[in-house]
Amino acid sequence: MTIVKHEWKQGRISFLIWTGSIVLLILICILLYPEMKGEMESVGDIFASMGSFTAAFGMDRLNFGTLIGFYSVECGNILGLGGAFFASLLGISALAKEEKERTAEFLLSHPISRTRVIAEKLAAVLTQIIVMNAIIFVLSVGTIVFIGEEISWKEIILFHTAYLLLQIELACICFGCSAFLRRGSIGIGIGIATLVYFLNLMANMTDRAGFLKYFTPFAYCEGADIVNNGCLDGKLIAIGMVLSLIGIAAAFIHYRKKDIQ
Amino acid sequence: MDVIKTNQLTKRYGSARGIEQISMTVEEGEFFGFIGPNGAGKSTTIRTLLGLIRPTSGTASVLGMNVETEKEKILAQTGYLPSEAVFYSGMKVKEVLKLSADLRKQNCSEESQRLCQRLQLDSSRKINELSFGNRKKVAIVCALQHNPRLLILDEPTSGLDPFMQKEFFEILRERNSKGTTIFLSSHILSEIQRNCTKAAIIREGKIIACDQVEKLAKSSTKRIRIHGTADISGLSGVQDLHSDSDGLHFLYGGEMSVLLSVLSQGKIQDLSITEPDLEEVFLHYYTEEGGIRS
Repeated sequence: MTIVKHEWKQGRISFLIWTGSIVLLILICILLYPEMKGEMESVGDIFASMGSFTAAFGMDRLNFGTLIGFYSVECGNILGLGGAFFASLLGISALAKEEKERTAEFLLSHPISRTRVIAEKLAAVLTQIIVMNAIIFVLSVGTIVFIGEEISWKEIILFHTAYLLLQIELACICFGCSAFLRRGSIGIGIGIATLVYFLNLMANMTDRAGFLKYFTPFAYCEGADIVNNGCLDGKLIAIGMVLSLIGIAAAFIHYRKKDIQ
Repeated sequence: MDVIKTNQLTKRYGSARGIEQISMTVEEGEFFGFIGPNGAGKSTTIRTLLGLIRPTSGTASVLGMNVETEKEKILAQTGYLPSEAVFYSGMKVKEVLKLSADLRKQNCSEESQRLCQRLQLDSSRKINELSFGNRKKVAIVCALQHNPRLLILDEPTSGLDPFMQKEFFEILRERNSKGTTIFLSSHILSEIQRNCTKAAIIREGKIIACDQVEKLAKSSTKRIRIHGTADISGLSGVQDLHSDSDGLHFLYGGEMSVLLSVLSQGKIQDLSITEPDLEEVFLHYYTEEGGIRS
């Protein structure tokens, strides 16, 4: 557990900044909702006339007049992008930063196996993601109660679970890449997160690009699908979890034998 | 017991040279020097022994255990001082020392305090604020605080002031007299000559000599000083030739009788033939004509 503890300590400022920023933005959104609720009918008409742009964010299939409809688009984008960036950065730097910052020699000349280093680093990444999402969930729900709106528990839990899975998937894929990298890892992390985000926008815009949804975890976080179907898309999530496992396996297989520079 | 034993140990980085077929043995309790210029393969050898990199071919064992399969057991009884000490930024010295002890699952606070005191290291300071020399001290405490059986030191004195170097070698001698085996890599010969009992010389990835330090210095090469004049242009085995108004001096590795007959042709007022110091032997091993002698 020494490394898990150490990773948490090393990452605490970054954790607080990301969690704080995401929470703050979501809370502002929720607090703005009562004021915007009345105007939503006309807003809905405006969105309807914006065509594929509206479709890209799934706004053509959601009712903005309801809290969950509003929440799943506005807060979904904040939690989706913020969480994806945070998870990717955590994953991509987990192993690579030791060589980039040249601390690998210090860490690995201690009597601790590579397997254990990898496992504890992965545990640190996953626990940080889970704790961040728990904080966001509690504060979001608390704020919804505070503004006096009714909570549709099922949707909101499904919604947050989907984003948690998305972050875990991205973190695991980036973790796998991290084992192969020595420097410049942060750009790759942000790149992966941005890529899958835009893949989903494109998949939403036209049917011809619909197949892209199999390549992005944002596909199973689509608020419109969750609200309309009342469940998560098991197939898409299964694909995501398989990719996560591949990422983790790649990290173990490669890093255990890697020459440390 | 052999504390370090390598057999035909080879590490190549693609086509680039690392180390080639290194075979050497370090026995328990030895103060072993590992000499070579920068880039000769000293660090590569050490990193292979520590399991940071995997050998391309050949085998190595440390404390009787295989470096590839029993790495953790080896590292538990080994202290390593890297040539460039880098730590996690933002941590305090004592936090780094505690982390190192925790990774070893040991409580080393007493020994760590003693070492900090001797090296005059303020453990409440932040790593980022430390000078290169002070960071080196942190690395020294990390390498020594768990009282390892084997110490592997890579260029240990770079960055330390002379006073600290003296204190550091005093600590090493104390540890050595208590039975700790010390493997000291350096390009500073006087350091090796003063402290080590045995040494290996590495050049371009290959061990070119390995012997008692005294014997290495007492190779067949002699330092010849002549006051007067002599024509030595036809003589083979001459290196490091210097001449001045007074006479000339050079390192000579050829037949002594040939030298004497050449010198007898000249006008010699005074002649001295001495053992070269290790520094001179080292140069001898490293010059082109010096070639490989062992």
